[in-house]
Amino acid sequence: MEARPIERTSSASLCRLLCSSIGSKALVALTGLALFGFVLGHLAGNLQIFAGQETFNAYAHWIKSKPALLWGTRLGLLAVLAVHLGVSVRLARRNRAARPVPYAFQNTVQATSASLTMVWSGLAILAFVIYHLLHFTVGAVSPAEFGRTDPLGRPDAYTMVVLGFRHPAIALIYAIGMFCLAMHLSHAIQSVFQTFGLNHPRCMPLVRRAGFAAGFLIAAAYVSIPAAVLAGIVTLPPGVSP
Amino acid sequence: MSENKRLNLTLHIWRQKNAADPGRLATYRVQGVSVHMSFLEMLDVLNEQLTAQGEEPVAFDHDCREGICGMCSLTVNGIPHGPQRGTTVCQLHMRHFADGQEITIEPWRAKAFPVVRDLVVDRSAFDRIIQAGGFVSVNTGGSPDGNALPVPKKDAEAAMDAAACIGCGACVAACKNASAMLFVAAKISHLAKLPQGQPERRERALAMVAAMDQEGFGFCSNQYECEAVCPKEISVRTIAVMNRDTLRAGLGGA
Repeated sequence: MEARPIERTSSASLCRLLCSSIGSKALVALTGLALFGFVLGHLAGNLQIFAGQETFNAYAHWIKSKPALLWGTRLGLLAVLAVHLGVSVRLARRNRAARPVPYAFQNTVQATSASLTMVWSGLAILAFVIYHLLHFTVGAVSPAEFGRTDPLGRPDAYTMVVLGFRHPAIALIYAIGMFCLAMHLSHAIQSVFQTFGLNHPRCMPLVRRAGFAAGFLIAAAYVSIPAAVLAGIVTLPPGVSP
Repeated sequence: MSENKRLNLTLHIWRQKNAADPGRLATYRVQGVSVHMSFLEMLDVLNEQLTAQGEEPVAFDHDCREGICGMCSLTVNGIPHGPQRGTTVCQLHMRHFADGQEITIEPWRAKAFPVVRDLVVDRSAFDRIIQAGGFVSVNTGGSPDGNALPVPKKDAEAAMDAAACIGCGACVAACKNASAMLFVAAKISHLAKLPQGQPERRERALAMVAAMDQEGFGFCSNQYECEAVCPKEISVRTIAVMNRDTLRAGLGGA
C-alpha cells in the first residue's frame, strides 16, 4: 500500500477525522466535557438555595434579565447535547452490529456496571432533563406552584423549588435522575482522559478513583436540595402557604 | 498439584458446519482428563473419542501450542483464552478446572471474524489492518551497527511491551463492542515508541484506524475487558497512544 502524503488540516480531512472511530469518540468526549461544565455551573447556582430566598431569587432574576446570555447558553447546550446524543447513539448502534451472534455464555472480567450501562444511564438522564424542564422551566408538572412572585415582584423561584420538593414522589424522581447522572459521570470522567490519550501509569489509577468519586459527589450535592426540603432544613418563606 | 487426578467434564461446544450454517451448541462428555493436560489436549481427547464413534471431530485453530503463535482462539465460559490471566488457551491447564464442571466453548464472536467452521474464525481482517500500516523507512546500503541508533530504555521497554501482541484477536472477542482497538493500538504504539517508526508515524496511525473502521469492528468504550484477557497483558495505555497520534495526525498538528 502506498504511503499517502500528510494532509494539512482542511475541512475534508477534519470531516474524515470526526467520522472515524477515534474522531467520533473525541467528539463525544468534547461535548461531554461541555455538558459536565454545565452540570457544575448549574450545581453552583442551585446550591445558593441554602443561602435563602433573597439570594436564590436574585440569582434566578439575574439570569432571566440577560436574555442574550440565557438563550445563547440554552441553544449552545442544545446543540452540544444533540451532538453528544447523536454521535453516541450512532456509535452504540455500530457496536451492536459488530457482534451479530452473541455469546451463549456471557461473562465479564473487569468492566464496571457504570461502563456497561452508559447508553441507558445517558437516555435516563435525557428523560430526567425533559421532566426537570417541564417541572421548573415550563411549569407543566404542578402549575399551581409555578409563576408566583416574591415581595420584590421577582419570580419566586425559591418557593417554587421548596413547594416542588415537598412531594416525596417528585423528590424520588430527582434522586433517581441523579443516581443515573452519578453512574454516567463515574465512567465518563476517566473515559475523557483515555479518549484524549492522557493515560499515565502513575496518574490513571488516581484519575479513575477521582472520576468515580466526583460523579457520586456531584449527584449527592444535587440530591441535598430535595433532601433538605424534605428534612425541613430548607423551608417556605414566612407568610407563604402551599 | 502433583497427584494424577482425573476429571470428568461436560462440554458445551459450538458446532457450525460452515459460514452459512446457523450453528448450535452441542453437549459432549469427556472422562478421565488428566489435570496435567492443556485445554487443547483435552479437546484432542474429545476428538479421538468422536473419531472413534464415527462423528466429525471439533475444528479449532492451533499451531505452536507454546503461547506465542496467536492461532488458538477459544472462548471458555465467556472468557477468551479462559479464566487464567495472561495465558493463551493452549497454555491453560486442566488443573484450573474442577471435576464434574460444565464448560462452554465458543468461537471469537465478532462480525469482522466470521466463523469458518466450529471454533475456527477468519481473522484476515487483522492482516488487512497490518497491510494498511505500510512500511518503515530504512536507509539502503550496509547494515548499520546494532547500537548506532540510541533508544532510551523506557521507550524500548514500552515498544517491546506493545510488540508482544501475537494478533490472536482475544481483545476483539472480549470487548463488549467487538472493537479491535487494543490490537491496532499495540501495532501503532509499538512503532510510535521507536525512532525507526517516526517518519511514517502519522500516516500509519490514520491509515490503520481507517482500515480498522472499514472492517466492521465496534468502537472502544473504555471498559478494558481487552486488557483483562490479553494473553500478552498489553495495556490499554497503548490505546491512549493511538488516540493521541490519530487525533494529532487528523488535526494536522505536530
